[in-house]
Formats: sequence, C-alpha cells, structure tokens
Amino acid sequence: MAKKHLTLVMMDAPFENARTVSGLRLIDAALRRGHDVTVFAYEGAVALTFAKQAPHANAVHGRDAAQEDHPLPKDWIAALMATAAQNGGQLEWINCGLCVDERGVGEAIPGAKRGSPADLWKAAEASDNTLVIGTR
Amino acid sequence: MKTLQIVTSAYRCNIEEQDDPVVWISQAMKAAGAELHLLLGGGAVNYAVRGQDASGLLFGGKAQTQPPRIEEDLRRLLDKGAEVYVVQDDAAARGLERADLLEGVKGLSRAELPRFFGRFERIWRW
Amino acid sequence: MASYLLFESQEPFESAGVQRHYELAAGLAREGNQVTVFLIQNGVLVARRSVRSDAFAGLARAGVLVLVDEFSLKERGIPPSRLAEGVKIATLDQAVDQMAEGRKALWF
Repeated sequence: MAKKHLTLVMMDAPFENARTVSGLRLIDAALRRGHDVTVFAYEGAVALTFAKQAPHANAVHGRDAAQEDHPLPKDWIAALMATAAQNGGQLEWINCGLCVDERGVGEAIPGAKRGSPADLWKAAEASDNTLVIGTR
Repeated sequence: MKTLQIVTSAYRCNIEEQDDPVVWISQAMKAAGAELHLLLGGGAVNYAVRGQDASGLLFGGKAQTQPPRIEEDLRRLLDKGAEVYVVQDDAAARGLERADLLEGVKGLSRAELPRFFGRFERIWRW
Repeated sequence: MASYLLFESQEPFESAGVQRHYELAAGLAREGNQVTVFLIQNGVLVARRSVRSDAFAGLARAGVLVLVDEFSLKERGIPPSRLAEGVKIATLDQAVDQMAEGRKALWF
C-alpha cells in the first residue's frame, strides 16, 4: 500500500489504562508498514513523553531495576521515533501545551513538540485518516 | 473536512480543568477554522441541560473562581455555527424532556445514527 | 456508501454502552456501509464462546466483519478453539490497513 499519513489522538496518562499500549501498538504497526504518523497527545497523555520517568526494581518478583527492565512509555516512544526514521517515515509527536503546563511535565524527550488544538486540526486535515482514542 | 465529535463520557475532570476537555478543544478547533459538530450521547446528554451550576467549591481556603460553565460553552459553539445534537433515547432514559435542554440543541434517535453518520467525512469519538 | 472501522475495547459486562455499539455496527451495515468491528483489550473477553457471544454471529449475519485482536486473545488465554462463531482473528496490521484505506475509524 502507498505511504499514508495517519493521525492519532491519545488522552490517557501513562500506567493508567490499556488504551495507552493499544495506541502505541497502532503507531508501531503503522510505522512498520511505512506510514507517517502524527500523534496529538491530549490531557494525561502529554506525560507519555515526560523525560523524568524512571525505572524501578520489583521486590515482589525479586528483581532489581536492571532485571525488571521496566518499560517506560518515553523509551517506547523514542524507539518508535527511531523505527520511523529507519523505515523512511516520520513519527511526529505533539503534546498539547496547556495540558503540559498544568501537569508540570514540560521536560519531554527529544522529538516531542509542544502544540495546540490548531495543530491537531491542521494534522487531521493533512492526514489520510485520524483516530481519536478517548479516555473514560 | 466535516467532522462529528461524539462525547459520551461526562463530568470526568471538569472541575479540575474548569472545562470539559472535548467541548473545550472543539471550541479551540472551531476558532482555528474547523468544520465540526457535536453529538452528545450517554451521560453527556446532560451537558445540554439548562441550569447546570458547578460553582461554590472550596478546598481549605482556596475557592474555585472559574468553575466549568458547560452550558455557556455549548451556547458559544451553537453561536459559531456548530450543530449540537443529543441522542434522544439516552436523554429520555435519564428523564430529560425537550424543555430541559438548551435552545438550538437538536435531537436524534439512536436508530437515526447510521444514516446521520453518513453526513460526515470524519467521526471522532472521544 | 462509506466504510467504517469500529474498535471495541470493552466487554458488555463493564459497560452497558457496548451493546449499543454492536447495534450501531449492524445499523451501519444495514445502511449499505462496509463495517468492521475490531475487538481489542477486554472487548475480546466475550469473543470466547459464552452467553454474550451470540451477538457476533448476529453481526456477521448483518454483514459486519468482526475481527479480534490476536495479542489481546493471547494476553487473556483465549485459544482459537474457544472462539465464538462469527469472529476472525486478526492483527493490528489489518486495522492499520483499514485506517489507511480511509475508513471512518471510531474507538469505543
């Protein structure tokens, strides 16, 4: 299939709902199939790229931090950005700026941008399709 | 790109945000030139009710001075040319009558939704 | 006519709205649209043959393609042999292909 541009809106904060992983899986699938993806992270999802997420050990399972290898959304997203580049595509990640401010998560991983609802509309108009994964 | 925004989750974080996030972003995108319309279903049909009042909250000595005013937000969207619909079945199930709702809000039955969806290029269910 | 991709991430026991989503899918198909329901996350729990899984045979009869996410099934220990009539196992690649085709895509 020809390269397409897909936009995805995500809303859930990290570690709260399976919708986050489903969103990341969709992005991964789209990138591996050679499409470009724009993500507009709204509300709690702006914390997905927060640079200060930190891994931890798991005493219940007897694993230290290295063994636990706790997945951090920021690392998965950085890896997806790299995958996009390797496949000749692009993952554009836009965090809603006001949502970032109110949550104090302004320190984001390289490649994550700050934007506004106008950017969402612009991306949606430029895209072949848009999926909103709302929160509950 | 005519877009329908479907809202079914209601009163989730409105107090903290001082807005409903989807009603808010709809206003923001409309101001940026978006052609969008709103469909309120499930508990969100209550957003179309007249007389909502979230004012008066106090946490310790800190009062909320700008509570959410969903009714005003919907009026603003209507004034800007957005159409606002409620799913009548959901409204009736919650004891709502036409007189309870904001003027300008239109009703649709659930049975009409499939055909209604055909009017839009994109449908975003929040 | 248009085409639709409806993701269903919940099961009917956790939300009364889920039944309405199945009905919407059938209604869209009856209007002549091409419709896929993609069960994902807990939406796959009722893809295991059960009291509520008759709904999928009904959707299939209405012309709806019901796909169920392979990973969500595996995560929940639901083998292919226990699946209800009317559902087909799929990967998210297929969902992405449908999105890339331009189907109106909704997440429930």
